[in-house]
Amino acid sequence: MTPTIRIQSAPFDPAHEAALIEEGRRDIGAIVSFTGLCRDEDGALSALELEHYPGMAEAEIARVAEEALARWPLCGLTVIHRHGRILPGEKIVLVVTAARHRGEAFAAAEFLMDYLKTRAPFWKKEHRADGDVGDWVEAKAKDDAAAERWSK
Amino acid sequence: MKALYFAWVRERIGRAEEELSPPPEVATVGELIAWLKSRDEAYALAFENAAVIRTAVDKAHVRHETPIAGAREIAFFPPMTGG
Repeated sequence: MTPTIRIQSAPFDPAHEAALIEEGRRDIGAIVSFTGLCRDEDGALSALELEHYPGMAEAEIARVAEEALARWPLCGLTVIHRHGRILPGEKIVLVVTAARHRGEAFAAAEFLMDYLKTRAPFWKKEHRADGDVGDWVEAKAKDDAAAERWSK
Repeated sequence: MKALYFAWVRERIGRAEEELSPPPEVATVGELIAWLKSRDEAYALAFENAAVIRTAVDKAHVRHETPIAGAREIAFFPPMTGG
């Protein structure tokens, strides 16, 4: 199957994306949909600015998707990642996996998110509610550890 | 070759991209970083802690010991924070 991969500034609708995978199929037993949202950090954050590397972002997510397809027999896979200015409460990233059984759909979705965090070329900059342009978000060691466990 | 800079690497250098013509003895991505670092204070600051800098050649991740021969596009950026 060919995964659907989109890098876009526009919002997306997770329910619509899952429905597109399901449509006309009778072999799918499980769909897992993960949505990552922008938090307001208890009111301190007014927006996130997501910078990305056009071309590589698509290519790298495609490589991660191929790896997921090689590991689990998926019936459907969609990854959408937004860039640009994103407000608290808005959606940033979507992973939808479909499989015959839930174990594969859950595992593939988690694998994809763990790998996207450490390998997809996106960077978040914070805009603070007090008007300051804050710092670049720092990469977290726990995200590296989360991705690392799949290589064991 | 074309160099691309992202996030705080871009901000510290003060530009998003440029054309580079390193001398022939610069053979690897790591050597290219060392060469850039010696250019001026802005590059020195951007590559101050070279070990944290992630690199890509022609839109694929590479390590610092990767040769740059034949590379069309080399990108330098901080650890990624997407998702």
